[in-house]
Amino acid sequence: MSALSLAGSVRSGERSARSIVEEHLAAIADGEGQIHAFNLVTADAALERADRVDDVVAQGGDPGLLAGVPVALKDNMCTRGVPTTCGSRILDGWRPPYDATVVERLDAAGAVIIGKTNMDEFAMGSSTENSAFGPTFNPRDTTRVPGGSSGGSAAAVAAGFTPLSLGSDTGGSIRQPAALCGVVGVKPTYGAVSRYGLVAFASSLDQIGPFARNVADAALLLEAVAGHDPLDSTSIPVSAPDLLGVLDRGVEGLRVGVIEEISGSGPTGLEGFAPDVQARLAEAAEALAAAGAVVEKASVPSTVFGLSAYYVIAPAEASSNLARFDGVRFGLRVDAENTVDMNAATRTAGFGDEVKRRIMLGTYALSAGYYDAYYGKSQKVRTLIVEDFARAYQSFDLLLSPTAPTTAFPIGEKVDDPMLMYLNDVCTIPSNLAGHPAMSVPFGVGDDGLPVGVQVLAPANGEPSMFRAAAVLEAAAGGSAGVAL
Amino acid sequence: MEPDADTSTPGRITRDDVAYVARLARLNLTDFELDGFTGQLADVLDHAADIEALDLDGVAPTSHPLPLSNVFRADVPTVGPAEEANHRLFCDEVIAAAPAAEESRFRVPPVLGEAP
Repeated sequence: MSALSLAGSVRSGERSARSIVEEHLAAIADGEGQIHAFNLVTADAALERADRVDDVVAQGGDPGLLAGVPVALKDNMCTRGVPTTCGSRILDGWRPPYDATVVERLDAAGAVIIGKTNMDEFAMGSSTENSAFGPTFNPRDTTRVPGGSSGGSAAAVAAGFTPLSLGSDTGGSIRQPAALCGVVGVKPTYGAVSRYGLVAFASSLDQIGPFARNVADAALLLEAVAGHDPLDSTSIPVSAPDLLGVLDRGVEGLRVGVIEEISGSGPTGLEGFAPDVQARLAEAAEALAAAGAVVEKASVPSTVFGLSAYYVIAPAEASSNLARFDGVRFGLRVDAENTVDMNAATRTAGFGDEVKRRIMLGTYALSAGYYDAYYGKSQKVRTLIVEDFARAYQSFDLLLSPTAPTTAFPIGEKVDDPMLMYLNDVCTIPSNLAGHPAMSVPFGVGDDGLPVGVQVLAPANGEPSMFRAAAVLEAAAGGSAGVAL
Repeated sequence: MEPDADTSTPGRITRDDVAYVARLARLNLTDFELDGFTGQLADVLDHAADIEALDLDGVAPTSHPLPLSNVFRADVPTVGPAEEANHRLFCDEVIAAAPAAEESRFRVPPVLGEAP
């Protein structure tokens, strides 16, 4: 059942929030052993919260647009008094003293937070294998990764544990797992959703966004959490966009460009795209054309350099952001004779290998003598990408690409080869560097029967037309994504 | 790690570079880890070499997707006498979350020389 109809049934008094939450807790009890989507299921708090929603309905009040709908949160969003781990040992035992803004907005909308989902440590990864608490398994095939870093949030929605979840996307961490698990995942415009209470990875790239089993539910959740927040100085001063109201407007007359360089179809583009993924992309483009869009090839040449720039910029920002985990103020402390040794002993024991790699990479890229060669150049490449997108959007309203080069890969396949793992993000990174919105929509399956995602990209604040195209693709693909389990 | 003024294409990252960077980042690495990380970091930096071919002269750097300016709030205290109790409570919660504390302060091992 969709989040929209669940909320509708609670608002009309047809169903109790408690019955909905109990149903989902039962699904979790049934399937979580095979999937490991959650780091923590907050069953008691969720039931208590559901009862409060039911009280509001009983008293004739407005319980909110997400009344009684379970929502799972990626475990890097602060929840007051509830452990928030970021998939890391270094936050062992830490309970945030405040709620993230998205948590407050969900609460105001009547949603029921059902738990905290597993993730690559500090959101660094593309497979959720970098969690200190063990991997998450893809509900479509438990021998495969769910993608990452928001793999727990994607898997929880795909497995039917919750109709909605939130993830965070720094280089594709919402869209890529959405594609690999066969659900809808949205990275909004940078600044559209408050980052207050989101534990920072790379502050100029991080953005919170929704997962759902259909486009309308993703729109519902994004509308609920978006909008200006004075507590985040990078929050854009606009209110949440109207998305549900425009979903049925179609794509008649919209100009859509298929990005050659990141779909394996151009002479100068990247390689490594699976033929079945390319075939689904071509069908998606045809579906948009059949619905009245003007679809053509588009060239955004500098997107091929996005990966290189990203894997300097994101580690550089991370090395600075993660300096705060020093054993002084929160989480783990490994004692030592003096403070510097304590800092090092704590960080050595608390961080996993991928986090250490990125901290060292960032520290190196920012160090004297290397700053200009790596960080400086990457920032200039970022400018080229912004300019190339601006040029493309003079001719097109939306752009299209695969979300990921392949379907879900086997667990363990890429975990020892960081560069191979990073290549998963080639299609998603450019939107983060530019601060633009992009979303992944399930569009058929590959030769292995696993879901393929198509990425719809839009210029800043272009969410309404992006969602219109996503709705058309969803209809062409045969309706909302099914439940795997 | 001496600054190299006109280096636009630095040499491959060495084991010593990685050891130095690990020290800066307050990470202790075993010899085995040093070997592994050196190869992996070199792979990533090698990939970044593809931007060497780009002509970036005169291109302005972008550090952020938004044209950021400082955000000011009205110059009025948000913690007045009425909220003092809540503020105190919040501070207590923050201190309580620390691995070690003493008299509302974070407690750490000696920073310089002998403990008093």
